[in-house]
Amino acid sequence: MSETAIRPKLVGPTPLERVRRAAPLLLAPVMALAGLAAIGDPSVWLTLTVAGLAMGLMIFIMASGLTVVFGLMDVINFGHGAFVSVGAFVGFTVLAWLAGWTQSPAVILNLAAVFLAILASMAITGALGLAFERVIVKPVYGHHLKQILVTMGGLIVAQQLIHVVWGPDAIHVARPQSLQGSFIFGEAAIEKYRVFAVGIGLVLFLAMRHVLRATRLGLLVRAGVENGEMVEALGYRIRRLFLLVFMAGSALAGLGGVMWGLYQETITAHMGSEIMVLVFVVVIIGGLGSIEGCFIGALLVGLLANYMAFLAPKIALVSTIALMVGVLMWRPQGLYPVVKAK
Amino acid sequence: MINTLFSGDRPQSRILAAILILIGLALAFAPFLFPGTKPLDTAARICIFIVLVASYDLLLGYTGIVSFAHTMFFGIGAYGVAIALSVMGPGFSAIGVGVVAGTLVSAVLALAIGLFSLRVKAIFFAMVTLAVASAFAVLVSQMSGFTGGEDGLTYRIPRELTPAFRLADFRLFDVRLDGRLLAYYLVFFCALALFLAMLRIVNSPFGTTLKAVRDNAFRAEAIGYRVIWYRTTATVLSAAMASLAGALLAIWIRYTGPATTLSMEIMIDILLMVVIGGMGTMYGAVIGATLFILAQTYLQNLMGAAEQATEALPLVSVLLAPERWLLWLGVLFILSVYFFPDGVVGRLRRRG
Repeated sequence: MSETAIRPKLVGPTPLERVRRAAPLLLAPVMALAGLAAIGDPSVWLTLTVAGLAMGLMIFIMASGLTVVFGLMDVINFGHGAFVSVGAFVGFTVLAWLAGWTQSPAVILNLAAVFLAILASMAITGALGLAFERVIVKPVYGHHLKQILVTMGGLIVAQQLIHVVWGPDAIHVARPQSLQGSFIFGEAAIEKYRVFAVGIGLVLFLAMRHVLRATRLGLLVRAGVENGEMVEALGYRIRRLFLLVFMAGSALAGLGGVMWGLYQETITAHMGSEIMVLVFVVVIIGGLGSIEGCFIGALLVGLLANYMAFLAPKIALVSTIALMVGVLMWRPQGLYPVVKAK
Repeated sequence: MINTLFSGDRPQSRILAAILILIGLALAFAPFLFPGTKPLDTAARICIFIVLVASYDLLLGYTGIVSFAHTMFFGIGAYGVAIALSVMGPGFSAIGVGVVAGTLVSAVLALAIGLFSLRVKAIFFAMVTLAVASAFAVLVSQMSGFTGGEDGLTYRIPRELTPAFRLADFRLFDVRLDGRLLAYYLVFFCALALFLAMLRIVNSPFGTTLKAVRDNAFRAEAIGYRVIWYRTTATVLSAAMASLAGALLAIWIRYTGPATTLSMEIMIDILLMVVIGGMGTMYGAVIGATLFILAQTYLQNLMGAAEQATEALPLVSVLLAPERWLLWLGVLFILSVYFFPDGVVGRLRRRG
């Protein structure tokens, strides 16, 4: 009998499965190539691609916090856009204080001013995230309907408070001297600020990946996404972890707000809730809770929005919805679904 | 008789019943009680929003689905009538075509969105509808040849509904019997009929099943109800009702534009009205819409006075400025979700 004992067999993914799993990674390059084919002119394409990458990475910065918070605690924050707006306004205030630095031609001073603005707005939106979690989200854990309503209420109140502090009008934000203008590559003109945004976005993505993959904190966060109760049973206070992630997500939204404000050069109290539409599309495309999916989704949306704005400006926003519908037809849970059981 | 009319769903509270009767009487005799253009306009808006908010309550309160696309359906109804009237010229057949077309488009779109995204989870549906609705609003403002773009459409309605039309030469209680009066009663009776129809729906076996799905979808499925079917049907019904409300608005204000029908602000207003009035109680829609629109129209004057009175205190005065009324409603909204989720109506009912 012992000869015929059932042996456990470990089956690795078949090559086909591996291709399937990696398929989403190819989407962004495919999109870029399709854009090249549709546009034709390589220099126009280069300009649009850099713009798309910049936009995509900024959306990624804002969306990443939202998606991790959802993955970890099953909480979706419809008021996330408020942090984007607040971040933009705080950044604007700091840049206005440092007007001497931003207007000087020295690159170092310009960058220092931007980084100070980013730091200040991240600090403030992080603190705001703490308050938001304690006051608004905490009483309604595990209750989706109330979460949506209450965070929406938080958004209304936050937008009104921005009106109280900074006034109801749209404000013009000037980019620092050395981030104005464009680089010229052959016939293609690439705005300097977009290159800067791509740089910051990539650095952040790599840093986030590093934290999630190679540190103890990241391990706990990933374990919490996979099975929160088990992490708790092992003696970690997942609530505290969650609070930390919520604050980090809010701070990232603030950072995204500063970047987006400088990109658009105009800020309003509603800018956050406007950009949230794209953020939600990205989060849905990526699969709720997935950082990698969110990254790919953000690049896709950024590229598509910029290509379509050139090819058929009237249907630019609708095309991103079409992209979302297409992705969901292919993978109903998004590109990389994480949250299965909850 | 009354029991049949209200589908056996009585107010269940004396104070609530008194308030409802008061609102009903005030709306029914509004042209005679409150002469003038602005009060009549306010009364008509209250009627239209009662239908709109009740149709949203069908979704949010009775089915437990959060949608941010409700203004989209409202807008489709309004644009249906607006486009039909501008293309076919003023006439009741144009209104009929517009109403039918708008309602059908809404129903089909709701069916598509519902089948597409209701399977997953409530949050998912909320996000998808938010994205679709804002894309739709942008699309409408871009297609200026068809929808008038940002400026919207101004059109003429049948002569019988305009002030120029005389119903009779004498005055009744000092009120001119003109087409405007006729238009108001058209809006009022349509709204009343739609509201009673919705009250019938939520008290039918179908409505009871909706509540079961809301409270425990898993169990409802286990008992043998097709949860997805019930949710989708509720979505389609509420979309159709919303577009009928939109059609009423289009007839009443003789103008349809993105700001009056499709904007996110209106969506937030609807949310506030449902939650403050009371989710899952059709009467909450009546109370919520009436309170909110009266506040929108008249509270701002009061707040202006309060701002003047507190001018000496810098911060307080800024917070009390008339433009900040949404701030206070937002706070009220959060508090009511926490402390009395069944709103004013639930509060009154519990007091007996």
